[in-house]
Amino acid sequence: MKKAIPSEKTEDIELRLLLEALYCGYHYDFRNYAMASLKRRLRQAREQLGFATLSALQESLLHDPATLPRLIGYLTVQVSEMFRDPAYFRAIREKLVPHLRTYPSLKIWVAGCSGGEEVYSLAILFREEGLETRTQFYATDINHEALARAEAGLFALDQLQLFTENHRKSGGKSSLSDYYSAAYGRASFDRSLRRRVVFSDHSLVTDAVFGEMHLVSCRNVLIYFDRTLQDRAIGLFKDSLVRKGFLGLGAKETLRFSPHAGAFADFVREERIYQRRAE
Amino acid sequence: MTKIPPQAVVIGASAGALEALTTILPALPADFLLPLMIVVHMPSDSPSALTELLQARCRIRVREAEDKEPLSGATAYFAPPDYHLLVEAGGHLSLSNDEPVLYSRPSIDVLFESAADAYGPAVVAIVLSGTNRDGAVGLKAVVEAGGMAIVQTPQEAFAAAMPEAAKAMCPGARVLSLRDIAAYLQKVGSQP
Repeated sequence: MKKAIPSEKTEDIELRLLLEALYCGYHYDFRNYAMASLKRRLRQAREQLGFATLSALQESLLHDPATLPRLIGYLTVQVSEMFRDPAYFRAIREKLVPHLRTYPSLKIWVAGCSGGEEVYSLAILFREEGLETRTQFYATDINHEALARAEAGLFALDQLQLFTENHRKSGGKSSLSDYYSAAYGRASFDRSLRRRVVFSDHSLVTDAVFGEMHLVSCRNVLIYFDRTLQDRAIGLFKDSLVRKGFLGLGAKETLRFSPHAGAFADFVREERIYQRRAE
Repeated sequence: MTKIPPQAVVIGASAGALEALTTILPALPADFLLPLMIVVHMPSDSPSALTELLQARCRIRVREAEDKEPLSGATAYFAPPDYHLLVEAGGHLSLSNDEPVLYSRPSIDVLFESAADAYGPAVVAIVLSGTNRDGAVGLKAVVEAGGMAIVQTPQEAFAAAMPEAAKAMCPGARVLSLRDIAAYLQKVGSQP
């Protein structure tokens, strides 16, 4: 008689089933996320939401409408900073802006915008460089709560010292304090900064191209994807970019292992900014 | 009982890391069979100095890990500053920006737990000198998955707290001097 022990680790089976439930039930597709960190986040969600097993979490996900947003929160929330990696923003200012100036109108896509730190940083930078009024920004994410936070433009006040320092190091031409007012322990950013920003729900896993972009900035999002999904997302960026358009990735992300690498040239190599080739 | 040969080595170190790693890594031969993944806590503004310093003394390759990089033998992959380093079941690396664990990013626990998941009994995990308790929980995960747990002899370590914490959490771990750790790795990582 065969021993009644699953051939795969029980937790791994539960994990796959949970991801299927998320996909079948709600069209959230995490099946091609990088497994190691996803597993860590799911374990954390399971513990903190008070379930003994991932199967129990799955049951609740399918039967209790309150569980989905809580779980999505654990699976997608990112910690970020304004002007994170100041050298990246300095490279945009010094190396990309001269090219961007040559276009009469600009479309900029921040893919995986989370709480909005990056899109506000770019909006400030573009205002400083005199490009804001010709620019349309798109800030997308799959996490609705993060999108709502981004749209509100509120950040914890205790982070502002770091943001201010980052902004200065990025070559900021104004004072960051010009753009926010402090109230109730939070910094509320100037509404005019989001006048030219469209916040919307878009998934790099399941959604398609939605416009012709001059710059796509997608930082520290691809590290959460496996190779298959990275290829899809990079293909989507390639198809979204105008010829000679720019793609900016996170400091430790690379196109080196991607089949689309040939469609891009290094533009600012050390900041992982690529340019789509003309052909 | 058949012993499962190790397929990977994971190492965590904090204060005293340089001294410990300069004893272990230069002892490994150019044809060392296993990949080594290493987390060292350090300030985020001095990234490449450590890998450059070690590469100059080592026969194996020493480099900072890249996201989704496939693993090769005779190579030490260091977690980049301010990112967690994890290993995936397919034998490649992932980085993550998730919250620090025990105030640390990279975190030794995060690497060790991913290695326990990816390799089960086929991993060697080593906790070296350090002043905190990162690595203890991860080492326990490795032990529970059947892997080999090694702790640097605390009396010999520049900072004893981290190996002490790991030893307390994993009483069955082998406690070895740096010299003996190097000798053990030479043995498990050379051609049979």
